[in-house]
Amino acid sequence: MSNWTKVCPLADITPDTGVCALVDGKQVAVFRYGEGETVYAISNYDPFGNANVLSRGIVGSLGERPVVASPLYKQHFDLSNGECLEDAEKSIAAYQVRIEAGVVEVAAA
Amino acid sequence: MSKKRIIVVGNGMVGHNFINTLATSDNADQFEILTFSEEPRLAYDRVQLSKYFSGASADDLALTTSDEYDGLGVVYTLNDKVVGIDADNKTITTASGRVEGYDKLVLATGSYPFVPPIPGKDQDHCLVYRTIEDLEAISASAAVSKTGVVVGGGLLGLEAANALKQAGLDTHVVEFAPRLMAVQLDEGGGKLLRRKIEDLGVSVHTEKNTKEIVAGEECRYRMNFADGSYLETDMILFSAGIRPQDELARQFGLDMGERGGIVINDYCQTSEKDIYAIGECALWDGKIYGLVAPGYQMAKVTVNHIINSLITHQDHTLSFQGADMSTKLKLLGVDVASIGDAQGRTAGAHSYIFNDDVAEVYKRLIVSADGKKLLGAVLVGEVDSYGTLLQLMLNDMDIPGNPAALILPALGDEAPAGLGVTALPDTAQICSCYDVSKGDIAGAVQGGCCTVGDIKAATKATSGCGGCSALVKQVMEAELESMGVEVDHSLCEHFAYTRVELADIIRVKGYTSFPEILKSHGKGHGCEICKPAIGSILASFNNEYVLKDDLMPLQDTNDIFLGNMQKDGTYSVVPRVPGGEITPDKLIAIGEVAKEFDLYTKITGGQRIDLFGAQLHELPKIWEKLIAAGLETGHAYGKSLRTVKSCVGSTWCRYGVLDSVGMAVALEHRYKGLRAPHKIKFGVSGCTRECAEAQSKDIGVIATESGWNLYVCGNGGMRPRHADLFATDLDDETLVKYIDRVLMFYVRTADRLQRTSVWLENLEGGLDYLKDVVINDKLAINEELENAMTKVVGTYQCEWKTTIETPEKLKRFSHFINAAESDDNLAFVRERGQRRPATEAERIELVSLDNNEPTTTK
Ligand code: SRM
Ligand SMILES: Cc1cc2nc3c(=O)[nH]c(=O)nc-3n(C[C@H](O)[C@H](O)[C@H](O)COP(=O)(O)OP(=O)(O)OC[C@H]3O[C@@H](n4cnc5c(N)ncnc54)[C@H](O)[C@@H]3O)c2cc1C
Ligand code: SF4
Ligand code: FES
Repeated sequence: MSNWTKVCPLADITPDTGVCALVDGKQVAVFRYGEGETVYAISNYDPFGNANVLSRGIVGSLGERPVVASPLYKQHFDLSNGECLEDAEKSIAAYQVRIEAGVVEVAAA
Repeated sequence: MSKKRIIVVGNGMVGHNFINTLATSDNADQFEILTFSEEPRLAYDRVQLSKYFSGASADDLALTTSDEYDGLGVVYTLNDKVVGIDADNKTITTASGRVEGYDKLVLATGSYPFVPPIPGKDQDHCLVYRTIEDLEAISASAAVSKTGVVVGGGLLGLEAANALKQAGLDTHVVEFAPRLMAVQLDEGGGKLLRRKIEDLGVSVHTEKNTKEIVAGEECRYRMNFADGSYLETDMILFSAGIRPQDELARQFGLDMGERGGIVINDYCQTSEKDIYAIGECALWDGKIYGLVAPGYQMAKVTVNHIINSLITHQDHTLSFQGADMSTKLKLLGVDVASIGDAQGRTAGAHSYIFNDDVAEVYKRLIVSADGKKLLGAVLVGEVDSYGTLLQLMLNDMDIPGNPAALILPALGDEAPAGLGVTALPDTAQICSCYDVSKGDIAGAVQGGCCTVGDIKAATKATSGCGGCSALVKQVMEAELESMGVEVDHSLCEHFAYTRVELADIIRVKGYTSFPEILKSHGKGHGCEICKPAIGSILASFNNEYVLKDDLMPLQDTNDIFLGNMQKDGTYSVVPRVPGGEITPDKLIAIGEVAKEFDLYTKITGGQRIDLFGAQLHELPKIWEKLIAAGLETGHAYGKSLRTVKSCVGSTWCRYGVLDSVGMAVALEHRYKGLRAPHKIKFGVSGCTRECAEAQSKDIGVIATESGWNLYVCGNGGMRPRHADLFATDLDDETLVKYIDRVLMFYVRTADRLQRTSVWLENLEGGLDYLKDVVINDKLAINEELENAMTKVVGTYQCEWKTTIETPEKLKRFSHFINAAESDDNLAFVRERGQRRPATEAERIELVSLDNNEPTTTK
């Protein structure tokens, strides 16, 4: 059973940017992809720079994949599954995320 | 059949090249290769030796490693000199007493520096320049010397002088001949080279014959010259030529040249058919070749000869036919090139000379009697045409049109004269270090190479001296284009345009947002390359608040939170300090903020103060206080105007002729907030002493008795470049006008993340063209450029002030959107009275085990 935590109203996230949420003690980077209701959630921890910064990276696409580029050294992480495009061994967790009545919710269990 | 045994005496550049070629050939398994070196290490790159002084280590210079030799099955012995050859029994003897038999013996013993027989030459600080050990001795001697003399003003001597100068010595060059580089240059070229080198602070003494070296009065030694004059110095470096290392051959009966050198035939065989000599020890047709490329050619010929005569029993397909000695190099930062018959010795030859005393450029062409063929050239100060000229000569091509056009600077609209790479024959040698022809590169492209990196991996071209890179790229691109492959200059996968093209599109169409541009000219969702690039272009032209909703997603790491992100995710805070001038009250305000938020505080290299370690939620509070004290954002995070460095100038300084601080403050206020392809820095000095280092800035301004001198496109940083003098004795108004135009033209036409220095270097037509645009309004756009700048100046806002006044924007300035906590991964320690991020080791000590993902500390 997923345990959903309310993060913030969707309207609080500027399209194509991310925010960091605290969910069950974990730092989760939540991204709003495009103007609409597409949202993604992955870990906020950059395994290259060893810092909690991924929510502050630039959102975009590489080929068909939605990605964020780390603000520190620019490695790319697939927003849908946390895979690192430069080095799959450094992939990070991805979390379930949904919008309920205009509010973004994340399940980090 | 047992393996054939090959012994190589000497493991220098050429010996190694021979071994590598043989050991990687198709017949490699038929050979057993042994090599002996007198030096304590395997082959290294002697050509790049002087890099040792700029920080390269012996490992960086290494051409191979013991693992590589082991892998190839090459047996090597270091520190063991070969002292005997028994040609009858086909054996050699080494200093340590080893005797080894061979089927073929290859002498690659190189050469040694010639030291003229001057009384006193054998003292401690009298050195030479050939091996890594020599360099170590030079470094050690330089450390205890103030003055250094290089004896010999040839190519190597000048390189050595550069090394001494870099080591901080007061450097002199003493030359016996009446001019520098007498072998490669003519009188005009030598003269200009001398002037340029003297301008750099190296003293040149020509026509000096050193009689003796005795104890000095002021310095360690005194050199007495034959003409009665003398020079005092703490150290002496002899670079008076090289002599072939031929003692072995001499002792054991091989034919020698009258003035040394082991005589070889076209197959590199000595007078003993099973003994070869290659590289600098070999004498072919009465000539010694003191460069690597001919040595590598000899190595190739020898490998071919050995394989054919021992294994395949075929006719010899390769033979050595002499080599071209043309060279292009940078000596003490001065570009110099010499091609073919540089002295014009060919009967009936004519010359064309171009001499520009102002720009300090000298070029001379030597052309055949009928004016059709190029025989040689000397280029000093500007060597861009080297590749073209060399190809014309080597391929014996007809000179296209008027020979003078080959050396005259481009005037007006004409493109600089030259010939396209398409005109070259397939046999044209493009990379002489690795003997790679145009045809080889074309073949590599057809085989799938499409970057210079690919070509390098496939053919080795560009991996020697690197002098051929530009030409290799041109040949590759021409070949790609001829195959119908479009050469890709796209910004990224989302935009098939260059930054310059995008800037034009945005300016002409008047776009104001990224989605519009992506829809009309791009594809996909954008990325961290195109988004900040377009964000910067939009900011340059529209100058809107960078955190506006539709612009915010475009901002890079630093702009998006208006601070520079540090390694731990915290930020730095840099208030603007225009011109470096600051009131005590503002200093106190900065100090108070730093103290309250416990920020690490440091004076920057840009005459202002950086406060480090601020967390997201602290940034607005910090800026609120700074702004209340009258400070503004310093844009330390932006690709925009950074600082205008100033010296104190005429207000206080006894030498100052104009108010440099006043001008710096005015300029900083005018251009602050201007977003550009890269950051922009200014400097303003109050007189020619140049205490503000303006000539290392993108825009440099120096006061003179009659106005301001404007310098443009200087750079510190990774690849320093002196700014070029752009205009002299300007009044305040004209100065500002010119700067407006230069900067806006840069904003329009530079590539992404291209500083003004690289921009100018890539601008077709260079400095003269820029002057033409800005001063003579060649493109009739000056009014537009000025208007664009006026708009930027008129729409300036302190981004932090706007942010603090916009509550919805402040929501983003907290680590969590849904919690008040701060990042629990931060860890600090105190050092010299301030806070700094803990190192990994310190973190482990500080670790608290109450949280398991990721390792966190409090
Ligand atoms: C703070 C400072 C060092 C210091 O403690 O003194 C500094 C710090 C940084 N410099 Fe610098 N540079 C600082 C003066 C300089 C100078 C000296 C100067 O301006 O007179 C230079 C050489 C001059 C020049 O730029 O031509 C300099 C050449 C660079 C370069 C190389 C640029 C180049 O063209 O080669 C980079 C890298 C880049 O921009 O791509 C760089 C990049 C950086 C960055 C932004 C690296 C980064 O992305 O984190 C550093 C972060 C600053 C921060 O967090 O606030 N910094 N940097 C100096 C801030 C000056 C200021 O008041 O704004
Ligand atoms: C500072 C400097 C800059 C240069 N710049 C350039 C340049 O820009 N372009 C260019 O083309 N050339 C340049 N050269 C010249 C280039 O380095 C030489 O042409 C090249 O190294 C010649 O190679 P080699 O193998 O013949 O001789 P070396 O590289 O000198 O190798 C000979 C080796 O044999 C060893 N040896 C000698 N006798 C014996 C023996 N009896 N037993 C065992 N070992 C022995 C020596 O110790 C040495 O290691 C430069 C040279 C120097 C010193
Ligand atoms: S540059 Fe000139 S005016 Fe400025 S401090 Fe130096 S000497 Fe004085
Ligand atoms: S010419 Fe030296 S690397 Fe190509």
